[in-house]
Amino acid sequence: MVEESDVRVVRFGGSKINLRPPIISTDSRFVLCTSGDSVKVYSTRTEEWLHSLQGHTNQVTGIALNPANHLQVYSCSADGTVKLWDFIDGILIKTFIIGYPLFAIYVSEKHEGIVFLHIAMDTDSKKEGFQLVAVHLPKSAEQEVEAKELSAVSSHISPNPSCTAFGREGQYIAFARNLQLNVYFFRKQKTYSFSLKATDKKGAKNAFTCIACHPTDDCIATGHEDGKIRLWRNFIHKKEYTYSTQHWHHNAVNTLCFTPEGTNLLSGGIESVLVQWQYGTGNRKEFLPRLGGSILHVSASSDGQLFCTSHSDNKITVIESSFKVCGVIQGLVKGDAVLTDLMIDPRSKALVLNGKPGHLQFYSLLRDKHLYNLDIVQQEYIYEAGLDQFEVVKAAFDIKGYWLATVEERGQKSADLEFFLKLWSYDERTQSFVLNTTITAAHTDRIISMCFSSSEETTMLVTIAEDGQFKAWCQGVDADTKQDQNFWSCDFVGSYHNLKPTNCSFSADSSLLAVSFQEVITIWSPDTWELLTTLCQPPGVIRDLCFGRLSCSKYLISTTTRNLLCCWNLLTCALEWSTSVEVSKLQSDPLSENVAAFSYQSKHTDLFVFKPNEPRPLFTHKNVCSEKIHRAVFVPREEPLNNCDESSQWLNRSQLYFLTQNMDLLTFSTATEEDRMLSSSTRLVIDDSVAVTPFYLLLGKHRQQQQKLNTPSHQAADRPQQPQGSVTITELLHTPAHVLPPASVLCSMFVSSLLISNTGVLQDPLRKEMESSEQEMNSEKEEEDSEGEMEACDSQQELRVQGSVDEVTPKLSKAQERELKRVRKTDFSWMAGLIASKP
Amino acid sequence: MGEFKVHRVRFFDYMPSGIRALAFNQDTERMAVARMDGSVEVFHCSDRFFQEKIIPGREQCGIEGLSWVGERLFSAGLNGGITEYDLTNQKVKYTIDAYGGPIWTITGNQQGTHLAVGCEDGTVKLFEVNEDQIQFERNLDRQKSRIISLSWHPSGSKIAAGMMDMIQVFNVETGHSIHRMLADRGAGTSRSKECVVWSVVYLSDGTIITGDSVGMVKLWDDQTGTLIKSHNVTKCDVLALSVSQNEDSLVAGTSEGIVVQFQFVSMVLEKDDKEWVRTRTFRNHTHDIRAVAEITTAVVSGGMDAQLVVRPLLDKIEVRSAASALRKIHFPHRRLVSCARKSGLMLFQYPGHLELWRLGESEGKGTPGSSLFVKRNPEKLLQLKVKGEDHIRCSAVSPCGGWIVYSTASTLRLYRLHCDNNNISITKISKLPKVLSSANQLCFSSDSSHLFSASAQSSVHIASLSQSGCKFVGTLKPKSGSHQAIHLLAASEDGKWLASANSDHEVHIYNLQTQKAHCTVPVYSSAVTAMGIHPATNCLFMMHADQQMFEYSIEQKQYTDWSRTVQRKGLHRFWVERDTPCLNVMFNPQNPSHVILHDMYMLCIIDQSLPLPDDKTQFYNQLTLKSLTEEQRKSQSHAFKVCKTFKDRPLHLYVCGLSEEVCFIKRLQIVPC
Repeated sequence: MVEESDVRVVRFGGSKINLRPPIISTDSRFVLCTSGDSVKVYSTRTEEWLHSLQGHTNQVTGIALNPANHLQVYSCSADGTVKLWDFIDGILIKTFIIGYPLFAIYVSEKHEGIVFLHIAMDTDSKKEGFQLVAVHLPKSAEQEVEAKELSAVSSHISPNPSCTAFGREGQYIAFARNLQLNVYFFRKQKTYSFSLKATDKKGAKNAFTCIACHPTDDCIATGHEDGKIRLWRNFIHKKEYTYSTQHWHHNAVNTLCFTPEGTNLLSGGIESVLVQWQYGTGNRKEFLPRLGGSILHVSASSDGQLFCTSHSDNKITVIESSFKVCGVIQGLVKGDAVLTDLMIDPRSKALVLNGKPGHLQFYSLLRDKHLYNLDIVQQEYIYEAGLDQFEVVKAAFDIKGYWLATVEERGQKSADLEFFLKLWSYDERTQSFVLNTTITAAHTDRIISMCFSSSEETTMLVTIAEDGQFKAWCQGVDADTKQDQNFWSCDFVGSYHNLKPTNCSFSADSSLLAVSFQEVITIWSPDTWELLTTLCQPPGVIRDLCFGRLSCSKYLISTTTRNLLCCWNLLTCALEWSTSVEVSKLQSDPLSENVAAFSYQSKHTDLFVFKPNEPRPLFTHKNVCSEKIHRAVFVPREEPLNNCDESSQWLNRSQLYFLTQNMDLLTFSTATEEDRMLSSSTRLVIDDSVAVTPFYLLLGKHRQQQQKLNTPSHQAADRPQQPQGSVTITELLHTPAHVLPPASVLCSMFVSSLLISNTGVLQDPLRKEMESSEQEMNSEKEEEDSEGEMEACDSQQELRVQGSVDEVTPKLSKAQERELKRVRKTDFSWMAGLIASKP
Repeated sequence: MGEFKVHRVRFFDYMPSGIRALAFNQDTERMAVARMDGSVEVFHCSDRFFQEKIIPGREQCGIEGLSWVGERLFSAGLNGGITEYDLTNQKVKYTIDAYGGPIWTITGNQQGTHLAVGCEDGTVKLFEVNEDQIQFERNLDRQKSRIISLSWHPSGSKIAAGMMDMIQVFNVETGHSIHRMLADRGAGTSRSKECVVWSVVYLSDGTIITGDSVGMVKLWDDQTGTLIKSHNVTKCDVLALSVSQNEDSLVAGTSEGIVVQFQFVSMVLEKDDKEWVRTRTFRNHTHDIRAVAEITTAVVSGGMDAQLVVRPLLDKIEVRSAASALRKIHFPHRRLVSCARKSGLMLFQYPGHLELWRLGESEGKGTPGSSLFVKRNPEKLLQLKVKGEDHIRCSAVSPCGGWIVYSTASTLRLYRLHCDNNNISITKISKLPKVLSSANQLCFSSDSSHLFSASAQSSVHIASLSQSGCKFVGTLKPKSGSHQAIHLLAASEDGKWLASANSDHEVHIYNLQTQKAHCTVPVYSSAVTAMGIHPATNCLFMMHADQQMFEYSIEQKQYTDWSRTVQRKGLHRFWVERDTPCLNVMFNPQNPSHVILHDMYMLCIIDQSLPLPDDKTQFYNQLTLKSLTEEQRKSQSHAFKVCKTFKDRPLHLYVCGLSEEVCFIKRLQIVPC
């Protein structure tokens, strides 16, 4: 139990960013979206990930801007808490504990201090009963507050959060479920319901799929399963309500959104076309087609200048109001299934797996950013159901990341299987993989598995296939062509009693190759291709094979289909130990001796981490998730942790990621890691004028250093320069790279911005005085506030005092100093007017 | 169900004519419909849209507008005349010329004092409505182009007129134009085409709404004469507009065949700043919509596809019932076919002519469901064109096949038909009694010896027919009651009784031997749509527009026990919810307990010996019954045996005549213009 509190399963990196509608901040500079257990903040202009709001312990299920303060955001999570954040600085302000898993959050300007939440019905969660409750957030200074004042607005609402929306000025809330639309008026405390027929004569499906309310008129727009959009009016009457119908989408309308002024209605669906309907003029509409995956959510910024659409391929598109795409934020693409293993590109440390159809995607987990797609199939993909098209099914990297082997396959379902084995070499010049060799008939039947040898000198690929053979491929000089390029060719073909191979693995030093044939493990020497020995522990077909690393390299671990985990000692060729456990995935850490085994038993998956030399698990984590796990990978850390706690020690050097069957990428995090992350997020100090990008941090750090150097001598001169410089830098940062002028031009501009102009010196004393007087006023206000905050106020003043140390005589007491400032303030206020008017 | 020999008659090419104008009378709940052929029909809106009255048209009489003034109905047309109708006797009362060239529109003010007509020469003419006539009062300022549409301000002080490219507002007092508002022409190539303001509506708050040929519905302010808002409804013309009584809803009919509803709703709830917002769209027509009318609970529209569509507005209906269902009225609720049962002749009534056909003959008897070999094909014997301009009002062929009679608004003609194998000749009976100058309904006695002619004052004239000619016998007059025109006549098989039904729902029974009124059936609230006298029991079987059925014993002067049972137990929900009225009542000579009914889409045989269905039993159970054994079938079967398909194709019944053992089923072609 101790371990569970320390190490827990989190969604970190590669999570869905399209679960809930993204939010654009009021100043249109940031896009916020839910992403696993955190909320991510992106810049709208650079599409860079700025930071994330970490703190929830389960999936974040909703975000909403605080209507009282547009710099704050509420987030709700399945862990039963609502948190209030300052999203610019990434600081957690408050936590409200609700106590039930939450599924969506809604706020409204009219209802201050109240948030509306979707919670699952207490009675039984299986019936998909969801409740909409209003929660009074208690006003208290504490960090963590329990909010117990729940009042149900409606029971039995749709589990789809887009089926609930606030009406004009928060006077009513509209929610739909199946074929019924309900409108609840807060003042009258009355619900009006309107229902549609299940189907009309033409077989149209009338079920509601989404709702949006007009911001100034009493008009509710609803989307339906058959692609119709209805605009409801007059809904305070049971009978005299009315609606008009518009139809463009051929399939269900996924999302609807009114622009803030209410002049336009945006809608999106599976067609991946964003449609803009002009409100009040019937049929006039605009289209933005070919946006990628089907549109799941649309949201608009509060000034109506930017729209955001999130797509089913885990993508957020930022669109200008002139209907031009101006940015794409791409998350980890997760299709219906990942066919390849999860891999780590040794060069970029990026996670590699299936991405777009026919592609491999490279995804940086550390920066949580999609790097690029590598087109493997190199054929046009046709978006049509029922077509049998080439798909990447296997991929492997060699130890240095210089070679990539891929297998693409077509006709898995039909009898005529077609597959290619391709080998890609890394091109330093273009910084990407280039096709080296295509082998059309590598085997006579499907390739089951492949692995590269792990030695540094020679690279060798071993493939095993259903035709009962394993082949070793080597890079050799082709005698015929006599070119510099080296192509891959077959070096050795091996088989064992015509048994079907199941898996293969190289030892850490590449001196041994283990190939499992059904129940038998065969050990080969790759140098001589000599069968060294066979190991067998019936019953059960071998499923996974893996050699121990480092100090445990004499061990070979295998799992069988008959719930047996065996550890063989290769020196003695004997079974060291075995245990009966159903292992669905065995994964060894390349940087340590540790081996992770996921075991699926009685409808939940447990994790065991052990060292091969002892049969006792280092770490166990019961009930990791409820599904079977087939894909997992150890991702090396950038800088190792130094946990001394035994249970979390195995996570020091690398992190274990695994993929569940409904495509959630999960990982384990330790308490210390989280603490560090929290502290680092609060430590960030943000300059308001510049978005925090890595570039900025780099540059900003540099500038801070410069400032420090300058402070003692040139402090007076330094001040006026800063705004000018920052304008240039802002411009530099915010202009897309492809429209920037040549560097020579920029350079001179940049340098001139750093120069001190004469006028700047003239203005300088004035400016400083104004600033100090402002500070003065601030501090006065703070004094009025409370005694408790006095300390913080003092320390701030001390800082200021240090800053202006060479102007004010240090011996003055605080009161005297203030007095002096006040005098000066009165002096210069009229002087400033004079000077300004004279020239 | 019994076995019948079926003739498939596919040669009655009756084509209903397109609807040109609609006028709704709020007080009497009547809808007047003008068709392209000049006929005017009156539907009773609260009695399931039963077609109460038909005033046949004339050649060369295109009606352009209809207007109610109180309970009086006026029409105006391109022949330049204004016509008032005598609705009691279902004929034209008088026509006066407006002397302004073709008239495009006519509209009466809400006060019921004046009629305004818009003429080709650019004048708006005001007529004063007097007790028995209308009188020209004066012209408003003459304009350069024709007046297409007119609308009175509800106060009666202003008139808005739609013209080519503009809208004019007139002060009625002075006759001068107050405002002149220009309607925009379309963009692009249509810029050279004039914009026709097809329809205009003047609301009490001073808003003028127009529909034009550019496809726009525009809202204008009459204070400033400016455009407030415009809605682009369609790419083609907006032909008709109609506003509801309380001015919160507007419907526009377009030439695309769609009806668009606009509603006057508050944009912010519970506040008064309301706006006209486009809401619903109804697509029930296949062709241009020429007229729309918003009545209390429904939108009624008609157009070139000749169907009258009644689309209920569910928000205005208190209780949902069969009366509030969508209904489409294609064909007249009258029998246009009569048949000579004994000689196998059928007489088809077209607006301008009659056709007489002899049915085909076949050999022998087949098994049920098989088709028989046709020995002789059906044959058209005669086409009789009407003399004069008037259209036919009613017609009949005698059961023996020896006489044909028809009547227009002005004349009644009787012909003797000689039929010797292939030689057909007719002779007109020249000397008719003077009382037989015109008839509302015609009927022969079953032995073809007498002709019954319904005429004014709800009276029925009897004429005896013989080889020599036609002799007036007497007049049957009801003891009391209304003077509405008779629309149904039924003579008994034994020649003893005659029943007549008029538009006030009264059914009178006369004894033909004494030529006296025998009795009056208690008046029911719904109109009689069909009736027949049972040949064996002499019971009068009546079908009403609300699908209720009554059987009245003439001899005992009371409802029969079966009828009382039906009323006590109530009819099945499915039966009551049908939306077309029954058009014929017949009896099966083989089985006296069978009553055969039909409407436009189904044929029903009511077996009075079987138990009545209640709401729990399966109503349409013919298929289930087929699969059951004989004993089970008895327990399952009920009195109503409904047939909706024949040879797996939907029936489009119009008339079933019955002769001995033959049931004629009629398939009608619906060919829109």
